[in-house]
Amino acid sequence: MSKSGSTSKISRRTALAGLSAGAALLAMPRLGRAADETIRIGFPTPLTGPFAAEARDQVKCAELAVKLVNDKGGIGGRKVELLVRDDKLNAGEAATRTLELIEKDKVHAVVGALSSAVQLAVNEVTRARGVIYVSISQSDTINEAKDFSKYTFHEALNPHMTTAAVARQTLKKGMKVAHLVADYAYGHEMLRGFKRAQAAIGADNVGEILHPFGAADYSTFMPRLMSMRPDVLCISNFGRDQANAIKQAVDFGVKQQMKIVVPVILHNQRLAVGPDVFEGVVGGANYYWGLEAQSKSAAAFNAAFKAANGGAIPTDYGAYGYSGVGSLLAAMQAAGGTDTDKVVDALEKLQYDLTKGPQHYRKCDHQSVQSVLVLESKKKAAMAGENDLFAILANDTGSDDMLRSCSELGHAT
Amino acid sequence: MDLSLIIMQLLSGIALGAVLVITALGLTIVFGMLGVVNFAHGALFMIGAYAGLYLASLTGSFWWGLLLAPILIGAFGMLIEFVLIRRLYGRSIDDPLLLTFGLSYILVEGVRIVFGSDGIPFPTPPQLIGVLDLGIGFFPRYRLFVIVLVAVVLLALWLALEKTRIGLIVRAGARDPVIMQVLGVDIGRVWLAIFGLGVGLAALGGVLAGPMRSVNPEMGSLVLAEAFVVTVIGGLGSIVGAVVAGLMVGISISLVALFAPEMATIVMFALMAVVLLIRPQGLFGVRGRTA
Repeated sequence: MSKSGSTSKISRRTALAGLSAGAALLAMPRLGRAADETIRIGFPTPLTGPFAAEARDQVKCAELAVKLVNDKGGIGGRKVELLVRDDKLNAGEAATRTLELIEKDKVHAVVGALSSAVQLAVNEVTRARGVIYVSISQSDTINEAKDFSKYTFHEALNPHMTTAAVARQTLKKGMKVAHLVADYAYGHEMLRGFKRAQAAIGADNVGEILHPFGAADYSTFMPRLMSMRPDVLCISNFGRDQANAIKQAVDFGVKQQMKIVVPVILHNQRLAVGPDVFEGVVGGANYYWGLEAQSKSAAAFNAAFKAANGGAIPTDYGAYGYSGVGSLLAAMQAAGGTDTDKVVDALEKLQYDLTKGPQHYRKCDHQSVQSVLVLESKKKAAMAGENDLFAILANDTGSDDMLRSCSELGHAT
Repeated sequence: MDLSLIIMQLLSGIALGAVLVITALGLTIVFGMLGVVNFAHGALFMIGAYAGLYLASLTGSFWWGLLLAPILIGAFGMLIEFVLIRRLYGRSIDDPLLLTFGLSYILVEGVRIVFGSDGIPFPTPPQLIGVLDLGIGFFPRYRLFVIVLVAVVLLALWLALEKTRIGLIVRAGARDPVIMQVLGVDIGRVWLAIFGLGVGLAALGGVLAGPMRSVNPEMGSLVLAEAFVVTVIGGLGSIVGAVVAGLMVGISISLVALFAPEMATIVMFALMAVVLLIRPQGLFGVRGRTA
């Protein structure tokens, strides 16, 4: 796996062989944890399955973050290596791969996961073994005291922040809201977030439908959703589910009667079904390349990504891969190595600005405090180019007020 | 819960069932006549969607894609039969099963390499965009079209099998291929045509499903599972069974979605379990059949 640094290993191997003969050869992997050795970051993500498009962007961006650090000579002279594993969007698979990464590949930290359920499984494994985990999938649960550990960091937005920002842009007092929700952790958390925001604004809930995760057909839910006669339909699902659900809602003429709102509007899914289907759909986002008009960090990130990927632009979930790995590496830089306690300390103190403006991990729950974007999908005629997908409706600056309080989450304050 | 809602729900179920019927039909015909369990059926469904999309963008018309993709992919199916499957007749049923299983991986990876693994948009034909006011509610024009087209294809297929000389040979060939050969019929050509027909139906299902969901390399895997459930419920090899079971599954999913939406996917498997308990050979299957 590690190509660089092999010469120094060989020299140590010969030295050790002189001391303890053949036994040293067997012990090599363990003795390998020395200061000059490669820094290994485990990266489980669902390369196969309905979130594959988003997962591949995460990997590209994570690789970019690693490359930029290596180009500058690594961390304290040590090269960084990214070990990507396919978690197949399955919690059991993710736990096994993560365990392998820790036990067999001896990674120094883990970044990754794309599904809210899978990240909790990864977190179970990493926190039990005292390995740092930076999650880049949306979750509220991971902030809460029962799932938290000092090794757990959450770089992604959480459903509470996302739904609050989206609701502020789309809901008004007295509006009727219906929900179509994927029946697993992500959907449930988004629904809870929307309902909390709805209650604060004074909008009414007229009904909610839970759909099986990964469904290909949503037509059977449409007549009932239409009969609820809402002003706004919130579709809380992810990946291909989002594309299919919106496409079929539009086929049924839903947009003529109500506005479609999603917690997270996905770049790749908008590409997958085209501008006409997504036209007018509003949703939250952590990142959109068009932010470069108002943010120098975004412009720099776009430029670096384009240079490394033949002119392609980075996407929302890709940006998480970049800032998740990037913030970890910045903390390792500050801590002067991979000592877990020192890196945790450095992450807690870290102020970083990698893709869109200042971010930091809140002390009590290690949630990244960051800006939230609200985007609206443009109609075809309004697009300046093929990448001009969304209009930025809001760019809410990150603050602690966006998050649930530390005491609400069960943390000692 | 008013009546119009239930009728709308029934209609969604029939539209859903129509695509199931077309895909399950191809699977069941190939099994019934050739004794081949085609595990590449889902992948060929997906290839059909891509071919339809490609041909539609090449000719500028959805209708050419709809017409040509099943023919082209059907011909590709004949090539598969001629080059690969033919060699396995007379051997254990597992051999063609494993062959087609491997083939499905090759096809899916092939599409990933050529078209990428991201979903790509398949626009609805402009004539069928929008909804039709049925008096009790709105229903997408395209889905109504799918119901009608599937009904026409079924009728044509029934006429071809029951009323023509070729249909007679096909039916006889399924009953007793040896006697057919003794009578001087080249059974190999019949099997070639049947496999092509089965694959063509899978491709037709793919093109029809294209404008309803996003087109991606994995779209066939779920469809394969559904098609198997439908053929098992209807009885392996039974054409009538595939039609009845396809509609039954579609309508069940739809009605369950009305009352317990999170159960919508499971109901199909529950239905299969119940049928297998009561009638292990399926609704229209023949008991003890070993193909």
